[in-house]
Amino acid sequence: MNTATQVLPNQTELKISARLAKNVRRHFVERVIEFLLMLAAMSAVATTLAIVAILLYESLSFFEHVSIIDFLTDTQWTPLFEDAHYGILPLVSGTLTTSAIALLVAIPIGTVGAIYLSEFASHKTRETVKPILELLVGVPTVVFGYFALLFVTPLLQKFIPGLPGFNMLGPGIVMGIMIVPYISSVAEDAMRAVPMSMREGSYAMGATRFQTAIRVVTPAAISGIIAAYILGISRAVGETMVVALAAGQQPNLTFNPMESASTITAYIVQVAMGDLPHGSIGYQSIFAAGLVLMLMTLIFNILGHLTRKKFRETY
Amino acid sequence: MSNQASVLDNLEEVRAMIRRHKFNDYVFSIIGLIALMIGLLTLLTLFVDLVMDGYPRFTFEFLSEYPSRRAAHAGLLSAWIGSLLVMVVTFLSAVPMGVAAGLYLEEYAPKNWFSDLIEINVTNLAGVPSIVYGLLALGLFVYILDLGQSILTAGLTLGLLILPVVIVATREAVRGIPVAIREAAYAVGATKWQVVLHHVLHYSFGGILTGVIIGMARALGETAPLITIGALTFIAFLPPSPITDTPPFLNFEWLSSGFTVMPIQMFNWLSRPDHAFHMNAAATGALIIVVTLLMNGTAIWLRYRIRKNIKW
Repeated sequence: MNTATQVLPNQTELKISARLAKNVRRHFVERVIEFLLMLAAMSAVATTLAIVAILLYESLSFFEHVSIIDFLTDTQWTPLFEDAHYGILPLVSGTLTTSAIALLVAIPIGTVGAIYLSEFASHKTRETVKPILELLVGVPTVVFGYFALLFVTPLLQKFIPGLPGFNMLGPGIVMGIMIVPYISSVAEDAMRAVPMSMREGSYAMGATRFQTAIRVVTPAAISGIIAAYILGISRAVGETMVVALAAGQQPNLTFNPMESASTITAYIVQVAMGDLPHGSIGYQSIFAAGLVLMLMTLIFNILGHLTRKKFRETY
Repeated sequence: MSNQASVLDNLEEVRAMIRRHKFNDYVFSIIGLIALMIGLLTLLTLFVDLVMDGYPRFTFEFLSEYPSRRAAHAGLLSAWIGSLLVMVVTFLSAVPMGVAAGLYLEEYAPKNWFSDLIEINVTNLAGVPSIVYGLLALGLFVYILDLGQSILTAGLTLGLLILPVVIVATREAVRGIPVAIREAAYAVGATKWQVVLHHVLHYSFGGILTGVIIGMARALGETAPLITIGALTFIAFLPPSPITDTPPFLNFEWLSSGFTVMPIQMFNWLSRPDHAFHMNAAATGALIIVVTLLMNGTAIWLRYRIRKNIKW
C-alpha cells in the first residue's frame, strides 16, 4: 500500500477507480468507433475491387469460349444469333460515333459558356445561371432519351430527309447538351484559378475582355480545360439510356451518324431486358462488353485527373 | 503638314481598332449568354414537350392503376410504390455508410498511402458509368449473394452508386468547420467521437443533407443499373406491405419482392411502337422531372442559405 491511498478517504478512492474504469471504457469505445468508420471508408475500395473482380471473372469465362483475337478483330457482334460472332468493333464504333457527336456539340458550347461565366458574367448572372446548369445535370437520362427519340429526331428529319427514326445523330446531340454543364463547370473552375494579376497585366496593356479571355486566361487554364473535355468524353462513353432508346440497338460497324447503331452500353441494356440464363455465353458477353467500357472510361478518367493535377501545380 | 495628316490618320485607325475590339467584346458576351441559355432552353422545351404529350394522363387513375396492355388503362401504381421502397433501402444503405466514410477521411484518417488509396477510389467511383454498377449488382447481389432481382438488390445497387456523392458532400461540409470549434470541445474534455458527433456532425448537417438530397434525386432517375439487374417491367402486384396490423407491426418480406420503378416503366412504355403508350411515357417523364427538379432545387436552395447564413 502506498501512502497516498492511505491518506485518501475510502470514498475518493472509489471515485478515482470508477473514473479510471470509465476512461478505459471510453477509450475502448473510441477505438471501436474509429474502426467502424474506417470500415465504412473501406467500402469505396471494396466496391472498386468488387467491380474489377466481377468483370474479370465473368469475362474470363467468356474468353474461354471466344478468342481474344476474334473479339478485337471480328467486324460482327451477334452473340445472340445462331451464327454467333463476337467482334466488339461494331459496338465500339457506335460508342465512339455517338460520343464524338456529343463532344462536337458540348465542347464549343461548354467552352464558350465557361469563358462567359468566368470572364464576362456579373456576380448576379453567375449566381443565377450556375444553379440552372446544376438542375440540368439532375434531369434523369431516360427523360433525355424520350427527348432524343420523340422530339430531336423528328425535328432533324424535317431538315435531313431520309434520316431513319433510329440514328446516332439525334442521341449524340442530346448527349452533347447533357454534358455541357460538366464541361463548363470544370473549365470555369480552371479559368477562375488563373491569378488575377495575369488579367490585370493584360488589361493594363489595353486588351479588351475578349482578348484577355482568349489570349491570356484560356492558354493559362488550358490543362484544366482539356481535363474538362476528357471528363466529358468519359461521361459520353458511359451514357446509356439516351442511346439505348434512340440509336436503334442494332450493332453496326459504321461511323456514319445518319445510320442506326448500338453502343456498348445499349447492348448491355438490350441483353438485360431479355431473360438470359445465368452462365450462358450471352450473359457473359455483357460482362466482357462492360470490361471494355470500364477500361475506356478508366483511361479517360485517369488522363483527366492527371491533366487537372498538372494545372493545379502550376499556380 | 503631311506628318500631321498621317498622325490624324493613325488616330482614326486606332479608334477604329478600339471600336472593332469593343464590338467583338459585345458580340462575344451575347454568344456566351446564348451558349448558356441553350441548356435552360432545352430543359424548358423538354418539359413543355412532356407535358403537352402526356397531359391526358394527368389523372388520379394514372397513379392508382397497375400497368396494363391497354395504354389508356395503364397506370403507375406499382412503379411509384416500387420507386419509393427502393429509395428507402438506398437511403438506409448509402447515408450512414457515406457519412461515416466522409467523417473518417476528414477527421480520423492519417495522411498516408492508405488514405490516399481510399481517396483515389472515391474519385474514381464517381466516374464509373452507372451501368457498370448494374453489372456489379447482377454478378454480386443477384447471383453470388443470391438476393435475386429484388427491392433489396435494387436499393443496395443505387446505394453504392450514390455513395461517392454522399462521401464528397460530407467531406466538403466537414471541411468548412473551423478548427476552433473542435479545440473548444476538446478543451472541456470531450473525446474525439464526442467532438465529431456533437459538434462536427451537428454543424455540417445542412451540407450533408444537400448532398444526400442530390444523391437521392440521382438514384430516383437512374434506370440503366436497375435494368441490368433484371428489374421486371410488367408488375401487376404490390410488394407485401412493410407495416402490418399484427405485432411486431413490421414486415420485411417486401425486401425480397420483385419490383419496377418509374424510370423503368417509362423506358418500357417508350420502347413500344404504339403511340398511345408514348403518352404514358411522357406523363411519367413529366412526373419524374418534377420530383427530381424539386429535390435538386431544394438542395441548391439549402446550400445557398447555408453559405449565406453561416458566419463563424
